Amino acid sequence: MSVIIILLIVSISVAALFLLAFIWSVKNGQFRDEVSPAVRILFDDKPSEKNESDVLKQAESK
Amino acid sequence: MSKLTPSPPALHCFHCGEDCKSDSLSAWGKSFCCSGCKMVYEILQQNGMCDYYSISKNPGTSRKIKSRENKFSFLDDDKIATSLIQFKDEYRTHVNLYLPQIHCSSCLWLLENLHRMADAVISSRVNFERKEVDIVFDHRHISLRQIAELLTGIGYEPYLSFNDMGKQLPKINSDKIYKLGVAGFCFANIMLMSFPEYFGIDSKENDLRLLFRYANLVVSLPVFFYSASEFYNSAWKSLRHRFLNIDTPIVLAIWVTFVRSVYEVLSGTGGGYFDSMSGIVFFMLAGRVLQDTTYRQLSFERDYTSYFPVAVSRVEEQRQESVALSDIKLNDTLLIHHEELIPADGILTRGKALIDYSFVTGESVPVEKEMGEIVYAGGKQLGSNIEILVIREVAQSYLTRLWNKEETGLEKKDEHSFVHLISRYFTWIVLSVAFFAGAYWYVHDAARMWNVVTSVLIVACPCALLLSNTFTNGNILRRLGRNHFYLRNAQVIENIASVNCIVFDKTGTLTTGLYNNIAYEGSSLSAGQKQQLGALAAQSTHPLSKAIVDWAGITENRKVMAFKEVAGYGIEGIIDGDLISLGSHSFVTHQKNQVQDGSVVFIAIEDELIGKFSFKNQYREQVPALLSSLGVNYYHMAVLSGDNAGEKKYLRNLLGSHSTLLFNQDPSDKLTVIKKLQAEGKKVMMIGDGLNDAGALKQADVGIALSESNNHFTPASDAILAAEELPKLYRFIRLCKANKKVVLVAFVISVLYNLIGIFFAVHGLLSPMIAAILMPCSSISILLVTFGFSNYYSSRLRLK
Repeated sequence: MSVIIILLIVSISVAALFLLAFIWSVKNGQFRDEVSPAVRILFDDKPSEKNESDVLKQAESK
Repeated sequence: MSKLTPSPPALHCFHCGEDCKSDSLSAWGKSFCCSGCKMVYEILQQNGMCDYYSISKNPGTSRKIKSRENKFSFLDDDKIATSLIQFKDEYRTHVNLYLPQIHCSSCLWLLENLHRMADAVISSRVNFERKEVDIVFDHRHISLRQIAELLTGIGYEPYLSFNDMGKQLPKINSDKIYKLGVAGFCFANIMLMSFPEYFGIDSKENDLRLLFRYANLVVSLPVFFYSASEFYNSAWKSLRHRFLNIDTPIVLAIWVTFVRSVYEVLSGTGGGYFDSMSGIVFFMLAGRVLQDTTYRQLSFERDYTSYFPVAVSRVEEQRQESVALSDIKLNDTLLIHHEELIPADGILTRGKALIDYSFVTGESVPVEKEMGEIVYAGGKQLGSNIEILVIREVAQSYLTRLWNKEETGLEKKDEHSFVHLISRYFTWIVLSVAFFAGAYWYVHDAARMWNVVTSVLIVACPCALLLSNTFTNGNILRRLGRNHFYLRNAQVIENIASVNCIVFDKTGTLTTGLYNNIAYEGSSLSAGQKQQLGALAAQSTHPLSKAIVDWAGITENRKVMAFKEVAGYGIEGIIDGDLISLGSHSFVTHQKNQVQDGSVVFIAIEDELIGKFSFKNQYREQVPALLSSLGVNYYHMAVLSGDNAGEKKYLRNLLGSHSTLLFNQDPSDKLTVIKKLQAEGKKVMMIGDGLNDAGALKQADVGIALSESNNHFTPASDAILAAEELPKLYRFIRLCKANKKVVLVAFVISVLYNLIGIFFAVHGLLSPMIAAILMPCSSISILLVTFGFSNYYSSRLRLK
């Protein structure tokens, strides 16, 4: 009996995790551009986003 | 035996891949077609970014047409700059730029590595589908103008239009997606927790049964209050307009199911139908999301602002300054540079204008204007710089007014699809069945009355019909999109199916905009003379000259001396000692008595008239076949052309004797013709390409804009069709007609399911078990039927 209650809670919370993951991915814009991520991953040196504070510092020192 | 002499391998530009003609440049062992391409290579080499060339082959775009220096000086103006940027804080500025040149993975790589070329760029990210780049930069060390110039320098000139000013990043509406996600989550869990009920849980385990029922109740709440709100809104809107729309019966079914289920659970009389309710909502939402397939890279709602530049140069007391388009006033003097668009109607006050109105009329031969003549907004200046005196402000210009007139005067009537009609009758039938069943049980066994009434409503809800409609529409939109025929929304499918009159624009629609159908009349030319003509024409960039160059087929290089080009009249030069002139009659003969004809070029050698070229628009391939197949199927056809009636006979042959052929039509004439056809009770489809068709496209029941390439700008329309797919038009129409058949077949199947369900329901025998089997069965079989049939039809029509 209590086992079923635990199972129920576990199954719903696992499903809820997936729901959250889905909402997060939509919010994050992962469905907005379906072409470039597939291409981007093939570049050898990833177009690294520079550390922002570095840029600001570098610019300041100039 | 003759030996084949291998022709020397054609040299291709290392940057853009175009043929390097005789005047190629070479540097670092690579060849380039022009100095622009070479310069881009130099810039990239200095920055060690030649990986650009190893990702895709010849990734660049040709840089033969150089952009003017100081073109982006208007970005120094704070007011204009502020209206273009998205976000700004102490250090950083975010800007989103449209770069129509983006086309391959090299573009992506280069643009995302911008920070290696300019230190102050913090990050850049490309959205490939929209051809946009989001750039974050440190505005203390680099200005927006420098960013624009940097991009221009490497071959990606940002396209900034008046429309961009004050635009926010478009908020993507993902509400429906969230609702779908939540509904899916709840639906799956409710199904899971309903299994004990289906298989008849032992009544000894009553606690467990209650637990599952209450859990179902709780999980169904988000569906009822959140996911289903999509339908509440639209149903409420339609009720306020006193119309029973397609969503009303759904809302009714959802509510009845929910209330009945809550009642059953709370009173302990049953498990309710939460699974059915959430299933309805989930499947309906899925269908809607599919049907809402949007083509984000296309815009169906353009107005004149997206064609116009952000700023223009105003001349004031010998001084030039950049002003925003909205700040142009009457009597300002504007400086229009080479290749710039004229933003407002004006009088030419300096220079000679050679204006390409192809934007407006689809006609590719430029028109020349003398000082004192009026030039209209929307034309592109091809000659050197000119100055105009503004006589009408931007908002009052001919083109703009044409646009606005239509916008205010026209509200497309809200057409209701046949599915709406069926569902309305259906709703009344269902309500009356429920009423009579209720009355019957009231007499015989009053206790079961409510039970029966609610079951009938639940089972008979026309969801299957609506599902079949949305899924079929969605699938057909997708199939058409694969064939480069993009519809604005699903309603357009039905409109296309009901069309019985098709109106074509001529130039640019039935014909290509190019003049490659060239005929020579006059005394015969020797091969040498042909070469001379070709060499002379090669000196000019006029479209007709280019056609002559192709016609002559140059094989050897000849020197042209004393070359002279008189914009709008002709060219002359001395080749091998012969003075040759090409151009209008008055230009080559020096007499002033001939009427000008835009598409005839006269030739004189040593001042002696020897012949003329006449140019015809080339009809698109397979257009005659398309027209005859439409004619055979009793479509009334019409051609509206802004040109003269020169090709009337040919078109009459193509279209048959019943067709309407009208020439010399200006934009408002076209609009009137469409209105007249509609007044005769015809359903009109208009196919056009230029801004001059904009009014007619809007007025027609279906307006289709033809587009030469994806990033070409098209007027506002219901659908966008890639030009090379025009021959498939008749097959597209047939697919849209098949849509109705598929929906009807699916509808019959769903009615069968409903009849079975109603049979059980009116007898008061409907158990949750039967409801649970019927509901998913009907939904899934309908999905299979709609996808199967619509795919079968489109492959039978040989569509991709």
